[in-house]
Amino acid sequence: MEQVVANPWAMLAYLVAGVCFILALRGLSSPVSSRRGNRFGMFGMALAVGTTLVTHQIASLPEIGIAIVIGGIVGFITARKIAMTAMPQLVAAFHSLVGLAAVLVAVAAYLNPAAFGIAEPGGAIHQVSRIEMGLGIAIGAITFSGSVIAFLKLNGNMSGKPIMLPGRHIINLGTLALIIGLIGYFLTDEAPWVFFTITGLSFLIGFLLIIPIGGADMPVVVSMLNSYSGWAAAAMGFTLHNTAMIITGALVGSSGAILSYIMCAAMNRSFISVIAGGFGGDSGAASGGGQAIDRPWKRGSAEDAAFLMSQAEQVIIVPGYGMAVAQAQHALREMADQLKAEGVAVKYAIHPVAGRMPGHMNVLLAEANVPYDEVFELEDINSEFAQTDVAFVIGANDVTNPAAKTDKSSPIYGMPVLDVEKAKTVLFVKRSMGGVGYAGVDNEVFYRDNTMMLLADAKKMVEEIVKALGH
Amino acid sequence: MEFVSILSIFVLACFVGYFVVWSVTPALHTPLMAVTNAISSVIVVGALIASAAAGSATSKWLGLAAVALASVNIFGGFAVTERMLAMYKKKDKPAAGK
Repeated sequence: MEQVVANPWAMLAYLVAGVCFILALRGLSSPVSSRRGNRFGMFGMALAVGTTLVTHQIASLPEIGIAIVIGGIVGFITARKIAMTAMPQLVAAFHSLVGLAAVLVAVAAYLNPAAFGIAEPGGAIHQVSRIEMGLGIAIGAITFSGSVIAFLKLNGNMSGKPIMLPGRHIINLGTLALIIGLIGYFLTDEAPWVFFTITGLSFLIGFLLIIPIGGADMPVVVSMLNSYSGWAAAAMGFTLHNTAMIITGALVGSSGAILSYIMCAAMNRSFISVIAGGFGGDSGAASGGGQAIDRPWKRGSAEDAAFLMSQAEQVIIVPGYGMAVAQAQHALREMADQLKAEGVAVKYAIHPVAGRMPGHMNVLLAEANVPYDEVFELEDINSEFAQTDVAFVIGANDVTNPAAKTDKSSPIYGMPVLDVEKAKTVLFVKRSMGGVGYAGVDNEVFYRDNTMMLLADAKKMVEEIVKALGH
Repeated sequence: MEFVSILSIFVLACFVGYFVVWSVTPALHTPLMAVTNAISSVIVVGALIASAAAGSATSKWLGLAAVALASVNIFGGFAVTERMLAMYKKKDKPAAGK
């Protein structure tokens, strides 16, 4: 049997590439070492590509060069131009490309097994390789179609509302079982219909899995697809006996899985319930309590807010997805600058699921030049609200809802939340009183004596506060 | 390589991934996703093998398409990660512009 990589130097090079990728992730343990880590990643990738080109007889170098240049230019320009607020959909789009690339490679390997060194002398494909290919193409296809749906939802081309098909659990489980069965059958019969049916069904299941998942659960979905793209790469690595691909696949796969876990834990939901979907639709609205809108609340103006904050010793800003939508991060930073100039301590508190992907708020604040040592995670800052004069909530809602701590009937009960209500005053920037958060529950904080509602577009309100602070 | 030795590498790499990823600071979770995205495009290796090999024209064109897609991801993923990481700054006394 012919081996793919007979050259020990090549194998060594792939191993080094794999280690570089580990170092790339390791670098992210701190913002200081992160950029060096990224360079390691680039080097590893260059090494893997270079090694492949050197160790294979390349019959079509110009075409490959053109493909890399076209792809590279598209990728580079996109990366330069993309707005930071659009990062979740960009990541989803990138995931879909990895998935599609995995599918294409698997099909190519199926059509030309000899080139990949996975053919028996008679021309049939090794049995082990068939399982690996089957898994690779299934996961790749799921990653592709799932990511396309996630992209459309995040980009607003498709409603963020969950789409619930009747009997979807049965359809989904049936399709999954069919895919697994066919991969098993692929062992005995490598006919094209088996292979391409697996592919088609996998595209379908990726689509079906993501459409019932609502907007607020997107951080989990994006992380999960991240994980899948890793497993797809790993499966192809098994097929090609390539250590760089296997190590990378394992890294990316665990990374996405851990992020999904963190996101689920931050919402106190099980992974299964997220995947089952339906959250963030109408189902949660009923349990919010009947006395919603007609309770008394206080409305404040930008001048009131400016006065309160300028008198404060410490202000904690709690940003959420609404800040991203309104693009208010730059105005917010200006406000913080002015407050700091008046001697007020300003900190930012970030809930793990604020935004549409893990770490989304951190990137937006970093973009607005907020130093990262003023930005704190939930568990590090939550105890400080009690000693804080003003909590400034902008575009966040569910993550501040005290019902999560007290109301057992609430759909968000048990979710860790930011204790904003413990601050002396809560300033709550919100578009209107009518809207509820994604969980569809009313927020007790609105009606508290120490809360002042600032009803306006987040960016406009912050700009007005900045103006008022200037006087 | 034997299947079992490949599997060993895979399993050990999963453990390495587990510990490395837990040590990533939550503030950098978005760059983490972007960079994992970029490195998972190492699938380009398979695409290169497909497009380099003689024998099947279809297979070659599929490979080339995969090379182009993976390249979008490689260049895009690393560039966008670099761009994000460059924004993370520590507090510095002289205001470094808006």
